[in-house]
Amino acid sequence: MPTAALPTKIEVQNLNVFYRAEKKAETQALKDVALEIRDREVLALIGPSGCGKSTFLRVLNRMNDTVPGARVEGRVLLEGEDVLAKGYDVVGLRRRVGMVFQRPQPFPKSIFDNVAFGVRAHGLTDKNEIVRRVESALGRAALWDEVKDRLEASALSLSGGQAQRLCIARALAVEPEVLLMDEPTSALDPIATARLEELIHELRADLTIVIVTHSMQQAARVSQRTGFFYMGNLIEVGPTKQMFTRPRENKTEDYISGRFG
Amino acid sequence: MNRKIRDTALVVATALAALVVVAMLAVILLDVVRSGASAISWTFLTQPPSGGMQSGGVGPAIFGTAALTILMTVAVVPVGVVTAIWLTEYAAPDSRLARYVRLAVSNLAGVPSIVFGLFGLGFFVQTLGRGVDKVAFGGVVTYGKPGLIWAALTLAILTMPVVIVATEEALRAVPRDLRDASLALGATKFQTTFYVVVPQAMGGILTSAILAVSRGAGEVAPILFTGAAYFLAELPTHLNDQFMNLGYHVYVLATQSPDVDKTRPQLYGTVLVLLLLTFLLNLLAVVIRVRARRASSIARA
Ligand SMILES: Nc1ncnc2c1ncn2[C@@H]1O[C@H](COP(=O)(O)OP(=O)(O)OP(=O)(O)O)[C@@H](O)[C@H]1O
Ligand SMILES: [Mg+2]
Repeated sequence: MPTAALPTKIEVQNLNVFYRAEKKAETQALKDVALEIRDREVLALIGPSGCGKSTFLRVLNRMNDTVPGARVEGRVLLEGEDVLAKGYDVVGLRRRVGMVFQRPQPFPKSIFDNVAFGVRAHGLTDKNEIVRRVESALGRAALWDEVKDRLEASALSLSGGQAQRLCIARALAVEPEVLLMDEPTSALDPIATARLEELIHELRADLTIVIVTHSMQQAARVSQRTGFFYMGNLIEVGPTKQMFTRPRENKTEDYISGRFG
Repeated sequence: MNRKIRDTALVVATALAALVVVAMLAVILLDVVRSGASAISWTFLTQPPSGGMQSGGVGPAIFGTAALTILMTVAVVPVGVVTAIWLTEYAAPDSRLARYVRLAVSNLAGVPSIVFGLFGLGFFVQTLGRGVDKVAFGGVVTYGKPGLIWAALTLAILTMPVVIVATEEALRAVPRDLRDASLALGATKFQTTFYVVVPQAMGGILTSAILAVSRGAGEVAPILFTGAAYFLAELPTHLNDQFMNLGYHVYVLATQSPDVDKTRPQLYGTVLVLLLLTFLLNLLAVVIRVRARRASSIARA
């Protein structure tokens, strides 16, 4: 497919991220990263542990604000507007750029209330509209058939794969434009993983997705483009097929052929 | 060889020490139950003392203790919980104010309870109470005397550290991922705190309330000068009324009665009621804590 035709959704420029743990010196987790994320593509991020993938993801919806001692420099333009600017509406940003974490984190509430949580937090009170949003989100997350008869049951009763799909439904219910996923299948078995990958394909119709993964096969299966991080640097980014067949950089080749990491 | 003997001696010594503790507890309990059980009857639980405290019961003292404890809880839990929420969720990690609050809390926990009694008398009764009288009652002594409300507030200050520390612990046990999950959905900090973090910590917060209750219910010194009465046949009906109290009644029966030997059955009965009350409260705390732990371990699984 002609990926080049897709317009830019997010543009990251000169991104530097520093952490300061307690009173120790600052360490730099991301170094001068520049990257463009296109509208309605699935962008996979790969790289060895500790190279800064999660850090990068958390910058995109300012979740790093919650990390004490983290400092971010550079620009992240969401449709041209810098989300790192002082006074930017962070809560509004997170409604547009949703996130799914490595370990599913269902709230200790009913399945329905989990999915309705974000919608309600945004001030929607119309009961019918909430029900409509919950049902459609559960449908899109491919969970509806399994839970439609027990929406009032505790979300803690779900299996790991179901819980992860619940978290996706929860994120979808607030109708974001971008979905960030940090190793969403690392806690799932192969069947649940396959379902989730299928889901990512379907969601791409109306969402931009950035997914961090440790599995090259997964990156190859779900993404159109792939970026490779190494020690805080974005080494290379390009069409997924090309990345896995003839990468431009030696480091990339070493990594995907399993020579380190 | 030598070392083996020393090890064995150590084991025997520690076992003996533990045995002494258990034995003492058993003796106290046995003594109280054996001598107190016969005193307990419907009359004893509902009637005021009579006949120079040699007959009648402890009805007003049970009622007074309950009213005092409930008022204290109503005062201490909201203030303590809100303080703990501010300390853990809102104060910056290097906040100087937060450091001072924590310092105050831990110092408060080490103050002897009689000092709280004197503080309550000086601050609540003589300063606040008299102030209220001057402003609202034209100087007629209404609140400027020992009463239920002042005793309850004094106890609330005494138990404040328990509530703050236990609530802080419960809040800190809520995983950061759960907060992140809520924030990432576009919930505000306030919504995250009150709809996700606090419900998750509810078991621990309830436990803190019950710990405060069982700490406060048996205290005598703080209420000596601030509201407890030696003898009152009527139940308190207003916040500024004085009241009887089980702990204080034990003290009175043991030291102030005209004939200590004749009041002994009453004394044991009162002690037994007080022990049972405290025991029940502790049991409740344990049950709630276990249930909260089970709920949060499911959440993490
Ligand atoms: N809260 C933090 N405080 C201090 N340093 C941190 C913090 N979070 C991450 N780091 C450091 O920043 C670097 C990048 O971490 P990050 O979590 O982004 O890596 P990652 O690529 O997601 O790794 P993994 O594949 O293991 O999830 C690491 O060196 C890590 O130690
Ligand atoms: Mg990571």
